[in-house]
Amino acid sequence: MIEAIKGISFEVRDGEIVTLIGANGAGKTTTMHAISGLVKPAAGSITLDGTELTKIPSHRIVEMGLAQVPEGRRVFAQQTVAENLTLGAYARKDKDGIEKDMEEVYRLFPRLKERRLQMAGTLSGGEQQMLAMGRALMAKPSIVLMDEPSMGLSPLLVSEIFNIIQEINSKGTTVLLVEQNAKRALAIANRAYVLETGRITLSGTGSELAADERVRKAYLGG
Amino acid sequence: MQFISYLINGLGLGSVYAIIALGYTMVYGIAKMLNFAHGDVIMIGAYIAFFAIMNFGLPLIPAVLLAILACTVLGVVIERLAYKPLRQAPSLAVLITAIGVSYFLQNGAQLLWSSSTKVFPAVLPSGSLQIGDLSVSWLTLITIIVCVLVMAVLTLFISRTKTGRAMRACSEDKGAATLMGINVNFIISVTFAIGSGLAAIASVLLCSTYPSVYPTLGSMPGIKAFTAAVFGGIGSIPGAFLGGLLLGIIEILAKAYISTQLSDAIVFAVLIIVLLIKPTGLLGRKLSEKV
Repeated sequence: MIEAIKGISFEVRDGEIVTLIGANGAGKTTTMHAISGLVKPAAGSITLDGTELTKIPSHRIVEMGLAQVPEGRRVFAQQTVAENLTLGAYARKDKDGIEKDMEEVYRLFPRLKERRLQMAGTLSGGEQQMLAMGRALMAKPSIVLMDEPSMGLSPLLVSEIFNIIQEINSKGTTVLLVEQNAKRALAIANRAYVLETGRITLSGTGSELAADERVRKAYLGG
Repeated sequence: MQFISYLINGLGLGSVYAIIALGYTMVYGIAKMLNFAHGDVIMIGAYIAFFAIMNFGLPLIPAVLLAILACTVLGVVIERLAYKPLRQAPSLAVLITAIGVSYFLQNGAQLLWSSSTKVFPAVLPSGSLQIGDLSVSWLTLITIIVCVLVMAVLTLFISRTKTGRAMRACSEDKGAATLMGINVNFIISVTFAIGSGLAAIASVLLCSTYPSVYPTLGSMPGIKAFTAAVFGGIGSIPGAFLGGLLLGIIEILAKAYISTQLSDAIVFAVLIIVLLIKPTGLLGRKLSEKV
């Protein structure tokens, strides 16, 4: 058993955008996976609105209102865009609500609507990222975890993705954002934490950390 | 005419292989394991159908349904007890366990029902259909029709239903499927249930053609169907269908025109040649990892 993260503690309040920044291997993805249940922590507690998540089977966590946009998008390449979105709503039973949310996702990402019958594997990287985000929204989550949503995208697309994150948040969805693009992430975050080799070393509001000397040196290139 | 009649017989045999191959290919596609006990589930299905007809006097359809039910339960139980605990284990451990389960079922059958051969009753219509010079046995025709029906229903199920979509999602990425709220263990159980239920259907078709029931009856058809699955591209459902049919045709033609003794060797030689030219099988595709 390798301990990737140890003794970290942080909170995300209703309606916030909170970002977790840190270098490669700091434990950001492990933290995300522990919350969404893909790995079960050896010890400790993760709660959502007072419910202990570590005791719930991984596939039930999305029903609790927590969805994840995983690192590397992980869309289902051999299914169509529409099928991917439908899978996002797998845990839901309200047919009408699902259809309404599908329209809402298509409004947010018009390009997905154009390509709804195309296999997800044939989409560009940016479109796949949009699909992964849309798929997470289809679960009608109260909080979305986003793991490196800007990774590998052109600067123009990065701006688009960050705008959309803000729009999603403005509609009432809480966002926990993990990013290597610390500058962008801190610019939209209410609060932020710095994760270094499995520990949280700094925390504060987005603007406080953006102005912090240590953060500037380590993550913002001076 | 002779050739066409061989071809149709080949399709009939191939249909049985195809139905069995579906079980191998679906389990491989979703659980990423080779279930070498699959052939022995056919054997259990044959015994259940045999006893249902001979001892309980059930008509054909209820007997087949009973065999399907028994094999479905058996498949799910095997997966739960033998394979599920090994989910994180290296694939070699799972493979050896599957071979162990296979021996367990064969020896269990021998213990319960003895190793002596039982004669499977002729429950499917005998005789044949005469079209001009061509004579096709009803049994062959029924086998082909059942295979086409199975394929059609399965394809619709996989492509149109919620569970079908979830199965495809699990075959691509179990982690991402879990994030969608899909219970991967449940989907694996469903896959074993479908594969084993199909094995029961295959057992009745097989034992109607070769009416002997004995504890190792599943071995050879199991190996052949596994070959068919690899031939067509393991993990691919249309591949199992195509591979099964082609394998049956090759086997019958080899028997008719080359040599009865060498027919199996010829079948495997064709497999080797296909794999040398296209290592993923006829319809298998190499998944490119996109990062």
